[in-house]
Amino acid sequence: MSTQTTSEDLELNQLQSEAEESAAAWRASRSGHGGSSAERLSSLDTLESEAIHIIREVVAEFEKPALLFSGGKDSVVMLHLATKAFWPGKVPFPVLHVDTGHNFPEVIDFRDRTVERLGLKLVVGSVQEFIDRGELAERADGTRNPLQTVPLLDAIQHNKFDAVFGGGRRDEDKARAKERILSLRDEFGQWDPRNQRPELWNLYNGRHTVGQHVRAFPISNWTELDIWRYIERENIELPSLYYAHEREVFARDGMWRAVGEVSQPLPNEDVITKLVRYRTVGDMSCTGAVESDARTVADVVVEVAASTLTERGATRADDRISEAAMEDRKKDGYF
Amino acid sequence: MSTETLAAGLETALPTTLFRFATAGSVDDGKSTLVGRLLHDSKAILADTLDAVARTSADRGFGGEKGGIDLALLTDGLRAEREQGITIDVAYRYFATDRRSFILADCPGHVQYTKNTVTGASTADAVVVLIDARKGVLEQTRRHLSVLQLLRVAHVIVAVNKIDLVDFSEQVFRDIEADVQKVARELGLGSDGVADLLVVPVSALDGDNVVDRSERTPWYTGPALLEVLETLPAADELEAELESFRFPVQLVIRPQGALAPDAVAAGLDVEAYRDYRAYAGQITEGSVKVGDEVSVISPGHEPRTTTVIGIDFAGQSLDEAAAPQSVAVRLADEIDIARGDTIAAAGTVRESTADLYASLAWLSPKPLREGQKVLVKHGTRTVQALVRNVTGKLDLATFNVEPASNLELNDIGHAQLRLSAPLPLENYLHHRRTGAFLVIDPNDGNTLAAGLVKDHPGDHEDERYVI
Repeated sequence: MSTQTTSEDLELNQLQSEAEESAAAWRASRSGHGGSSAERLSSLDTLESEAIHIIREVVAEFEKPALLFSGGKDSVVMLHLATKAFWPGKVPFPVLHVDTGHNFPEVIDFRDRTVERLGLKLVVGSVQEFIDRGELAERADGTRNPLQTVPLLDAIQHNKFDAVFGGGRRDEDKARAKERILSLRDEFGQWDPRNQRPELWNLYNGRHTVGQHVRAFPISNWTELDIWRYIERENIELPSLYYAHEREVFARDGMWRAVGEVSQPLPNEDVITKLVRYRTVGDMSCTGAVESDARTVADVVVEVAASTLTERGATRADDRISEAAMEDRKKDGYF
Repeated sequence: MSTETLAAGLETALPTTLFRFATAGSVDDGKSTLVGRLLHDSKAILADTLDAVARTSADRGFGGEKGGIDLALLTDGLRAEREQGITIDVAYRYFATDRRSFILADCPGHVQYTKNTVTGASTADAVVVLIDARKGVLEQTRRHLSVLQLLRVAHVIVAVNKIDLVDFSEQVFRDIEADVQKVARELGLGSDGVADLLVVPVSALDGDNVVDRSERTPWYTGPALLEVLETLPAADELEAELESFRFPVQLVIRPQGALAPDAVAAGLDVEAYRDYRAYAGQITEGSVKVGDEVSVISPGHEPRTTTVIGIDFAGQSLDEAAAPQSVAVRLADEIDIARGDTIAAAGTVRESTADLYASLAWLSPKPLREGQKVLVKHGTRTVQALVRNVTGKLDLATFNVEPASNLELNDIGHAQLRLSAPLPLENYLHHRRTGAFLVIDPNDGNTLAAGLVKDHPGDHEDERYVI
């Protein structure tokens, strides 16, 4: 017997131990007690892989896709996934921002820095310009979120985008719970929930005729908590208002509204300084802050996991208007 | 719970795995209530949603004088559905336990049941079929089970609901269980190692055997529904273990100097990546290691063999990757490879063929006719196809295959198609991803059918299966 271990021996030993390990993992998974978690993809890895698959499918099958980018956390995660999908190449499509004109300045700043950092083209559809031209009327309640549909469709048409990525998630709303991953829109941008294509396996059917376009939702299956865990894991930068900060606010409709150019307190509404953060980022005039001391992403993960309110219920006045608010807007071509 | 305790809890709970399941049944079977119960008892419902449901329940006088929450309202969807009191479409719900994150495809039973069940089941690791304990196995149950067998769903759980309304009678349960087993035997479900079958007595309304085992069914010694869902292996785990690596190429990553500015800023070696070329896709089954021999399958070429020299994922170099990971693969030889080609473990793929024998679940109101031209989407390739003939249709009452010359909405049948280009087709029985395809209408682009590849006649492998 040789005292020297040959490289073949080592390789053989290694192969044997690998085979034993994988057999053990297999038995564990078959026995129904779950193998060791290290051997399997975590739910975040699975969701990430699914999203990247969808992003690549859309880029491969469509002529001119674009990604809706508001600077909100879901669109930031979408853009991060796109950078991973095409690494080391550039993200091969422009980003589209529908600007309500009611922005948080730090979000616009973040948007511009991000576009610069990734070398992307930014297309802006401006609600203000439509109002100035008299093509949209300001609502009595001052909210501009519902007004985004017209500039969105206009930008899609003018730029001939045939696929538009959105960060919509099915856990956000009961209308979104019925949304497809690839969702066909007609010439008017309308969603027809009664007439959707069945979506089978991981085979996505993006065929469309002239004038139609497709909305693609690669993170459909993510929850708010998944988004935050992923932001933490990937160390993704977000606009600072997602984290706890001191802000001048006043109470309206059971939410804390920021004091700003487009969001002024009425005489009977007292302005106070509070430690708050935002769970969603939208039109400043209708997006509320929540009281929070979550200053870091880890704090936010804990807070979201323990939250007893849905993110839209807690922070979006426009979704409180009626039980079917989101459904009605989606049918008209909203995100 | 203090923030610290919760943080500690989160720490130990990670990482959870993902499990997808679907529910099939009708509102009458209490499906909405069961889904509501799972969401409610696993604390997936947040306070504002619960308040809204409680208000509506009270407005409608639910539960009489003692009141209560109508859990079915938790799954109430679109306005049109509320107005008509029906569920139109598959709805997706999300909840998590310490062990798993769940994606639930809630498939309505009344309208377009086959379409909805096929859709929900195609991505499901498990399907829960609801039966009303007072009614037992109905035609709809047979339909659901036949669709699940067709799609080879790995785990089928039959929940015998409203067990409280039959006074928790063991006899009633055992009779239904025997009927279910009989249908399953007729279908070959649960007997061939493809699927496993479990029958559970539950009361969705009261929560018996949904999250926790019930004391009111002492004669039932099996697990509660959620326990089952927490412990069954997911299809991804099983697919990753398969020996046959399959990787349909989605696109070629070839930046040619257009490198990502953020990657360059982070120190990417621009020179080294000037001629970078990798094939991007999602591994559909099996696993691959650097150094593995692979075959590249493209139409019009003999399979070409080469070696994997790199597996990249967003700046990381991996030694190994497995289904369902999305990666980019680099190969030793410069081979012309494009979207639609398949990279597979060397020598494991049969010759491509343009003759497609398949089972079809017809999902469109437009019927399938012989001689019709359609599109077939298989993996990452879409080709034209001619429907040569329809060879039979499944009679869901008898499970016999009857002669047929067309297929209509909700029919399950067999057909032979001729493809405009050969594809690396594989039997769906053994390859859930590369054995599946879509039939698409070339005129309006709508999805017409879910297709499952069968062996050619003469290959006798799947003769023992009805469908």
